[in-house]
Amino acid sequence: MANVDLSGEEIRRYGRHLIMPEVGMDGQKKLKAASILLVGAGGLGSPLGLYLAAAGVGRIGIVDFDVVDYSNLQRQILHSTKDVGRPKLASAKERLEGINPFVKIETHEMHLNSENALGLFAEYDIIIDGTDNFPTRYLVNDACVLTGKPNVYGSIFRFEGQASVFATKDGPCYRCLYPEPPPPGLVPSCAEGGVLGILPGIIGTIQANEAVKLIIGKGEPLAGRLLLFDALKTKFRELKLRKNPDCPVCGQHRTITSLIDYEAFCGVQAGWDTFTREEQYEITVDQLKQRLDKKDDLFILDVREPQEYQICNLNGYLIPLRDLPKRINELDTAKEIVVHCKVGGRSRQAVEFMKQAGFRKVKNLVGGIDEWAEVIDPTMPRY
Amino acid sequence: MMSFQILIPTPLRQFTNNQESVTVEGKSVGEGLKNLCTRHSALQKHLYSDDGRLRNFVNIYVNDEDIRYLQKEATQVAEKDVVSIIPSIAGGRE
Repeated sequence: MANVDLSGEEIRRYGRHLIMPEVGMDGQKKLKAASILLVGAGGLGSPLGLYLAAAGVGRIGIVDFDVVDYSNLQRQILHSTKDVGRPKLASAKERLEGINPFVKIETHEMHLNSENALGLFAEYDIIIDGTDNFPTRYLVNDACVLTGKPNVYGSIFRFEGQASVFATKDGPCYRCLYPEPPPPGLVPSCAEGGVLGILPGIIGTIQANEAVKLIIGKGEPLAGRLLLFDALKTKFRELKLRKNPDCPVCGQHRTITSLIDYEAFCGVQAGWDTFTREEQYEITVDQLKQRLDKKDDLFILDVREPQEYQICNLNGYLIPLRDLPKRINELDTAKEIVVHCKVGGRSRQAVEFMKQAGFRKVKNLVGGIDEWAEVIDPTMPRY
Repeated sequence: MMSFQILIPTPLRQFTNNQESVTVEGKSVGEGLKNLCTRHSALQKHLYSDDGRLRNFVNIYVNDEDIRYLQKEATQVAEKDVVSIIPSIAGGRE
């Protein structure tokens, strides 16, 4: 039994746990003795933090470096409107301590990287991956395997979510499932693709549930299974995951025995040259402003979705990226074309596609309309 | 001709006219995927590398089983089987 005691106040607080044989006094003490590290205090980290604090996990560490933005409030329920502009860690700590003063909240304001990950992970029993990018996901996975800590995984995109538990003693890790990340630009981020605000709530609570089960040692963990959730259909599916004997980090013949450069690993993949950046195919918002002020004859192509165009636009010609292949004949190869989207990812794909289709005078607006709103036109709504 | 269903994940639906699933012809996973790419040519480079191999970040399942642990692209598929493309997604913190 965990070597901690519950006060009278704690016993009252956790009564609904204590009367269930699956948790009971033993389980609640295990929760109090346990420590969890949340990587990310955003969409997934919000429900995770709230429920794990309420459940009485003794020590919760949170890694983040961001400040609360208005556009976070649609789904990041840890933070309130009054918190906009504050560091996420500050509002998270205040909120979680308000829910349960018996829980110790430790904040780590840092970019998780190959230098600091192993030392930080060593201080916690369980690591929960609530990040938003491939380099950090591979870093979290590898650091979990190397430190022997379970990795409670969740990921979301638009209306789809995934969850699993990786890197348990005999279970598969994230690299067993995906040995390599997709090239940058191929999979849109949530900032570009959007996400239903409730979806991280559903996936994050599934992760919290898995973490609690791991601590109390009851039930069947999601290890070896990938849970898929479709919020539009309200359908759960489950796929079998196997430990890959050839996995570079947890297999029999390991090639990764220490943390690597994850930005490089996720940035440049051998054999994938389609998305390389070339300066003659790029234009900055400042350059665009100058050219427009000079009344240069530029054709602005907007490859976002119609609902985004309604929010704000540069008076561009709208062809959503997915329609570009069948509507490319609407464009004139002789004209100088500036392509933009929200932050520059989709327009980069559009420029690549147009280059292959024979367009030479085509440029990607770096940073997209969001950069334009930030640098050139502060009256433009941002989303 | 045998046909079966391939489920298209959200990030790739932009290449299938937003269809969630496509019924393809073929007896094996590989034949079905080739058929899928013939119909929706923009998918080709997202699923296959230039030398014609399935990309490492694309996982294909027949029902709930990963084809890497079956007969890979030669895995035989029956009418009632559902083939899924499971891409990696990364969102969560932002």
